[in-house]
Amino acid sequence: MAWLGLYNYWVVIFLMMAGFYAVITRGNLVKKIVGLNLFQTSVFILYISMSKVQGGTAPIVDNEFAIYSNPLPHVLILTAIVVGVATTALGLALVVRIRESYGTVEEDEIHDLDKSF
Amino acid sequence: MSAHNTLWLTIAVPLAGAVLIAMLGRRPNPREAVTLVTSGALFALVVRLWFALQAGERPSVVLVETLPGLPLAFNLEPLGLLFASVASLLWIVTSIYAIGYMRAHHEKHQTRFYCAFAIALASTMGVAFAANMFTLFVCYEVLTLSTYPLVTHSGTQEARRAGRIYLGLLLGTSIGLQLLAIVWTWTLTGTLDFRHGGILAGTASPATIGVLYALYVFGIGKAALMPFHRWLPAAMVAPTPVSALLHAVAVVKAGVFTILKVSVFVFGLDLLAGNSVTDWLLYVAGATILIASLVAMRQDNLKARLAYSTISQLGYVVLGALLANSLGILGSTLHIAMHAFGKITLFFCAGAILVATRKTEISQMHGLGHAMPITMTAFLIGSLSIIGLPPTGGMWSKWYLALGTVDAGQFVLLAVLMVSSLLNIAYLLPIPVRAFLQKPERGKIKGIQEAPLPCLAAILFTSFGCVALFFYPDPLYRLAQLLVTR
Amino acid sequence: MISQHLPALQVVIPLLTAPVCLLFNNARVAWILSLVASSVALVIAALLLQQVLTVGIVTYEIGGWAAPWGIEYRIDPVNAFVLLIVAAIGTVVMSFAPRSVASEIPEQQIALFYAAYLLCLAGLLGIAATGDAFNLFVFLEISSLSSYVLISLGRDRRALTAAFQYLIMGTIGATFILIGVGLLYMMTGTLNMADLAKRLPLVADTRTVAAALAFLTVGISLKLALFPLHLWLPNAYAFAPSVVTAFIAATGTKVAVYMLLRFLFTVFGATLSFEAVLLPTILLPLSLVAVFSASIVAIFQDNIKRMLAYSSVAQIGYMILGLSFVSVTGLTACILHLFNHALMKGGLFLALGCVVYQLGSADISKFAGLGRRMPWTFAAIVVGGLSLIGVPLTVGFISKWYLVLAALESGQWWVAVLVLIGSLLAVVYMWRIVEVAFFQPAPRQGSQRREAPLSLLLPTWVLIGANIFFGINTDLTVGVAQRAAVWLLGGAS
Repeated sequence: MAWLGLYNYWVVIFLMMAGFYAVITRGNLVKKIVGLNLFQTSVFILYISMSKVQGGTAPIVDNEFAIYSNPLPHVLILTAIVVGVATTALGLALVVRIRESYGTVEEDEIHDLDKSF
Repeated sequence: MSAHNTLWLTIAVPLAGAVLIAMLGRRPNPREAVTLVTSGALFALVVRLWFALQAGERPSVVLVETLPGLPLAFNLEPLGLLFASVASLLWIVTSIYAIGYMRAHHEKHQTRFYCAFAIALASTMGVAFAANMFTLFVCYEVLTLSTYPLVTHSGTQEARRAGRIYLGLLLGTSIGLQLLAIVWTWTLTGTLDFRHGGILAGTASPATIGVLYALYVFGIGKAALMPFHRWLPAAMVAPTPVSALLHAVAVVKAGVFTILKVSVFVFGLDLLAGNSVTDWLLYVAGATILIASLVAMRQDNLKARLAYSTISQLGYVVLGALLANSLGILGSTLHIAMHAFGKITLFFCAGAILVATRKTEISQMHGLGHAMPITMTAFLIGSLSIIGLPPTGGMWSKWYLALGTVDAGQFVLLAVLMVSSLLNIAYLLPIPVRAFLQKPERGKIKGIQEAPLPCLAAILFTSFGCVALFFYPDPLYRLAQLLVTR
Repeated sequence: MISQHLPALQVVIPLLTAPVCLLFNNARVAWILSLVASSVALVIAALLLQQVLTVGIVTYEIGGWAAPWGIEYRIDPVNAFVLLIVAAIGTVVMSFAPRSVASEIPEQQIALFYAAYLLCLAGLLGIAATGDAFNLFVFLEISSLSSYVLISLGRDRRALTAAFQYLIMGTIGATFILIGVGLLYMMTGTLNMADLAKRLPLVADTRTVAAALAFLTVGISLKLALFPLHLWLPNAYAFAPSVVTAFIAATGTKVAVYMLLRFLFTVFGATLSFEAVLLPTILLPLSLVAVFSASIVAIFQDNIKRMLAYSSVAQIGYMILGLSFVSVTGLTACILHLFNHALMKGGLFLALGCVVYQLGSADISKFAGLGRRMPWTFAAIVVGGLSLIGVPLTVGFISKWYLVLAALESGQWWVAVLVLIGSLLAVVYMWRIVEVAFFQPAPRQGSQRREAPLSLLLPTWVLIGANIFFGINTDLTVGVAQRAAVWLLGGAS
């Protein structure tokens, strides 16, 4: 029954696999980027859930509270989110350029045109 | 000039010559002059080293310590000096020959030719004077690479194919087998220096020593031991001066020299004598001698026949090294010089015939003696030297090799030597005999004259050398003795 | 005073020069800024190496916050060496850049190109300099993102798809590393590598740490292009601009090898029982397969850049092979080959850049007879090729020597034989180039088949000459590599 208590990790695994699946199986380049985002989101949740301390409150110093959640992973995840945003932006920019050059954003069509995937 | 400086100059001078030749590319006469001056200077340096050796000096030069404990170093010792003398003397002769040949043939890319030649000779000197196996390996590889442009000189499809076989076999054996053996030796002994009595005594079991030795012997592909001999006939596509010097003197001799050096200075004769793997290798050498002779008999192309003859003769030197007794080493060492003179004469003649008559097949050469008497007489002398008959120097080396087989109790190999001599007669003598005694085909040799003068001069010199070495082998003999008596 | 801040300056100078390039938005100015920044980075790297060799580890606390709570830069023999080679390659490539970039990238994008390059350089230097695991991830993403941009600037439209594929795979790899770091943090509560090394042995037996190790190894292997995670590399190298290929081929995967070394031996070092099982059984066969499969595929490539890309995959296999022996000689071989391969591939790709500058293409069919028209360029390619093969007097030989030595010392002589056979495969694909360039007659037309300009030849020959120099005088390379190997195996902190 302790397994159910670890529901946050199940969510992480589910999102990770869903994202990974999308990246690998979907032929549309935009969908790949979406999958990548899902994948990265799972990692964010992993970090955040690791930082929650039972009985802890938000990490803002206040005399009433003694236990705080760990603020460090939150900071790390902010960085990682920024990285994720930059990656998505770059990926989408590349997709736009690919659309201009090839006329399509489907992987198999691009492969037929150019043998490039 | 001190012996120390002379030593590293023997490598620096040909390299400097190569640079000068490259710069003088557009002016053939000064360029040829540089080749001649460089080869003459090199021989003078080697002679200087002779005197140093007689006086008991043993100079050594350490250039740079490339890997910890593995310097690029050179030193003077009898075997190396013998090899260097033969190579440097014959370079002068070959240069004279080459000038005549290349100009008569209107060959292209002559600058590249002479330049690569000089670099090849520099690396040959490096192989001769190497003080440790690492330096020898470096110079050995440079020799392979610098002779590649020479082998593929004509640039044709055939030359390309030959180049691939050449490079593939030589690099394959050196990187795949020899380098492995070298690193293994390093792990066993912690050094790669050449020392009297070898460096491997007591470091490993006889089985390991046997495998290691086999790796060396097969890894030294330039010795053309079967089954890694194919590059030699393939390399015959090169112009004759290349075949003459490199494949009768420098490249193949570097191979058997390396085997001798490894046998005497890395393993030591005592270690090898007791090892059973050397017996097995002796049979490989014997087989090489016989099979190559048999194949030579079936070749109609003169250069191909000479190539297989070379493979067979190299087997003699390897045989002597494998016998691991002082008579065998003596015979091998002498054979390096004797075979060099004999074979280079034969190749010079083949080239002269090619230039004068455009003939390459032996069946076309009957009656040629009437038109080219000097060339064919020289061919006869060279053949006698290879066969091992007096009055040529080849007799001495065969004599000592035969004594060596008796001393080691290897009577089968004695028989191999005898049979092989008979085979040599069978595939070499008919050529000059038919040239002189048979009548030429009607009208086929009208207007054929002797080879160009520089070629003739070279041929005369080397055939004279064959005979001279019969009457006066002392200098070489004394060097070889120094090698085995320490 | 400045010498105290060198570790930080190493990363900050290229990082800050990047936006300055953008401000000026002028190709010439951007180039000069990049060249100056790269040269300064090189000087700093050399000074740091000297400090490390004489004094010992150099540490620097960013912002004055003490480790392990603050981010710490920690320079020891291993990363000083890596810093040196990355900065050196950067400087040489920058001196090669102006003409090549002008011919391959549209005018209005050149300033952006240099800005992206500086970010990539800063990212790589940061990965090497930092002593904090998450900081490493940040710099990894900085260098990766900028390299995606750099690759996409290639002329061929396949550069875009190559960059996209690299983006997808690279991000997955980086995310795996992030997961690994997160799991480590979960178990130990610290991100500082030296501190992790102290705390990990206490929790080493948990599945979390094992999972962390697995995620980290797979993630870094993606960046390394270790077989079978190398699929992004051939296209990325083939279609990127020549300067980009030369820079990334010579630095990107090397820094990834450094990351693997750092995590496996410094962070996880004390829990070596893990590696005792993991490294030989998994990495050794993978690296051997990499060597052979990549070399064989390389033989059949017609695009020479692709051929050399596959060759790089094979050479990375050699590095990981050295690593998998977990001995001083093995690690020396790995670190040595890291340096040497950067020199080899940097020189070869720059020489190819000269060819592309003159011909516009790197297809082997265009190379016919080029050996005579472009003698210096092709002499460089031949020497670089000989170095790849491992001919003595070149750096390739030195690496091979140590690899074979490591194999023999570990008693696995069959690995030594395979290494040597792999070198012979290199002969086959390099000799294809030699034969076409020197043996085939040049076609009649094609008047632009002249020798490349001096400004392109000089940097090429600097790297190729370094191949020969460090193949003869190995005091620096072997000396530092050995010290680094001993350091790594001796434990962290």
